[in-house]
Amino acid sequence: MSATTEAPDTTTAAKPKLKTSAMIASFADPDQKTASAPFGHALVKAAQENDKIVGLTADLGKYTDMHIFAKAFPERFFQMGMAEQLLFGAAAGLAETGLVPFASTYSVFAARRAYDFLCLDAAEPNLNVNIVGGLPGLTTGYGPSHQATEDMAIFRGMPNLTIVDPCDSIDIEQAVPQLAASEGPTYLRLLRGNVPTVLDEYDYTFELGKAKVLRGGNDVVFISSGLMTIRALQAANALAAHNVDVAVVHTPTIKPFDAATVLAEINTDRLAVTLENHSVVGGLFETVASAVVTAGLGKRVVPVALPDQFLDAGALPTLHDRYGLAVDRIVAKVLAELG
Amino acid sequence: MPVSNVQDRATQTGVSSADVPQDRIERTSAAAYRIRHHALNMGEVQGQGYVGQALGAADMLATVYGDQLRFRAEDPHWEARDRFLLSTGHYAIGHYAALAEAGIIPVEELETYGSDDSRLPMSGMSTYTPGMEISGGSLGHGLSIAVGMALGLRYQGSGARVYNFLSDGELDEGSTWEAAMGAHHHQLGNLTAMVDINALQADGKTDTVLRTEPVTEKWASFGWYTQRVDGNDVGALLAAFDNAAAQVAAVGRPSVILCDTKVGRGVPLLEEREKAHFMRIEEHEWQTCREQLTAGYEGKASA
Repeated sequence: MSATTEAPDTTTAAKPKLKTSAMIASFADPDQKTASAPFGHALVKAAQENDKIVGLTADLGKYTDMHIFAKAFPERFFQMGMAEQLLFGAAAGLAETGLVPFASTYSVFAARRAYDFLCLDAAEPNLNVNIVGGLPGLTTGYGPSHQATEDMAIFRGMPNLTIVDPCDSIDIEQAVPQLAASEGPTYLRLLRGNVPTVLDEYDYTFELGKAKVLRGGNDVVFISSGLMTIRALQAANALAAHNVDVAVVHTPTIKPFDAATVLAEINTDRLAVTLENHSVVGGLFETVASAVVTAGLGKRVVPVALPDQFLDAGALPTLHDRYGLAVDRIVAKVLAELG
Repeated sequence: MPVSNVQDRATQTGVSSADVPQDRIERTSAAAYRIRHHALNMGEVQGQGYVGQALGAADMLATVYGDQLRFRAEDPHWEARDRFLLSTGHYAIGHYAALAEAGIIPVEELETYGSDDSRLPMSGMSTYTPGMEISGGSLGHGLSIAVGMALGLRYQGSGARVYNFLSDGELDEGSTWEAAMGAHHHQLGNLTAMVDINALQADGKTDTVLRTEPVTEKWASFGWYTQRVDGNDVGALLAAFDNAAAQVAAVGRPSVILCDTKVGRGVPLLEEREKAHFMRIEEHEWQTCREQLTAGYEGKASA
């Protein structure tokens, strides 16, 4: 629940309240170009080229787009039931036999419930186990049981683990084969269902471990990952109307982090802002902040991130606005910073 | 994998060692004796350690490594090998002794157990030791990994079997039962679990910490081919493993062999000592332990 304790404001009772909607609310704008189940289709494509790829899920195949793979390769798909410890222990066992498993569940269950299994069974032996986590950050209105607001904070401390926070369908399509090809365990913050297609309008390709400058700008530099790169691009456009020129640097790989590219962009007179669909604790902001401090830059960085709180239940647009992830809130914050 | 047509009723068999040839029993008993001897030597170097567990499980380890497992000592990663997964990382002392007995690591190396820069750390890890398939120690992991390995080997057409060594304390962990369900659901007939039931865990006797009995009924109700034997009776162990081997199928019931063992088995001084997870043995007692072990083994062998 929110900290607000006063009685409901009856003066606005006439305004209809938004509904929470389904478990997985779409964050695509109504008129946005989207691709359906990009992860599922990308995994099928990768599996056609690599016969070692197998898929697993813990009773969430349909909700993580793994059902696309299960339908295409039924003999290479293993349903592990609602048993996340088994899911990831077994994924490690499959990898021990030379296979390349992609194992899907919600991020909350992967990060919070099965951490020990991922850490010791997959990461310590550096196995090619690919964790696919649905509902990363604030992408559902179901409340803290399903909102993985601290998944990156949990996972960043795990040695050997590569963490990818894709922006859109392009990122996901290009990331999947690279995750399969990379040695060691990976964690993909899955966007599923009808996923926006945004990066095709930029001179961009996903490269594991690389940050990319999507657009230049003289006044402000946004460092963003995940779906917040979409918002960053939208906010940059909106800020142009205020005569604020904004650069956007997309950092889909959170670990290992491309500090060289990011620091080169931050080490200017521009206002530096990080944008992430994650708690302000332990995610992109702190990754950037530690790189800045380590390099001795003495540069201020402004975070756009979820607060260090258990978040409310509700409709996603309401929550994104409430917690500062909505474009209008980003624009207002930047204008306030610029004074 | 359609499993609905697979016979689903678990069986608890009576295990008879009457059919096991005497020479197999003698060979396995001799291996168990050497494993115990190695474990005492390693314990002495450390001045402590999980010697009680190693002595208790020595007959199980000797049966698997001496009689059942397919491996190539000179090639621990041989693709067609059977996999032996030690969940209970602290049993590494016994496992190292078995790996030495199997010729996978040199006997001389055992004295490095638990020393800095050794390949034989106190808790078993795959990244350190040849022949160690997994990093156990966080209990409740081994059977989950074993399920994945058994699925992976079957999918790739391998006839290799997967063995997972668990302890009764490990049955406290919910993940063990997730894996038990998963193995049955996927009909992993190439998977055999062996549970060392020494009725002891870190904080005391298992039935005072978290009661796991009735263990036999639990595994049987999870759909496993379930046998329970005296885990310090080599003849009974061989018979049980033979029964399990006869069950092996690409698609079929997983097997579990529940082995009641005695902590410190083979060394009366330790058998009679108050049971402890981490048994204290005084410096002057190690030689006594070895002498008692040898006297007991030779007495039995000559009887």
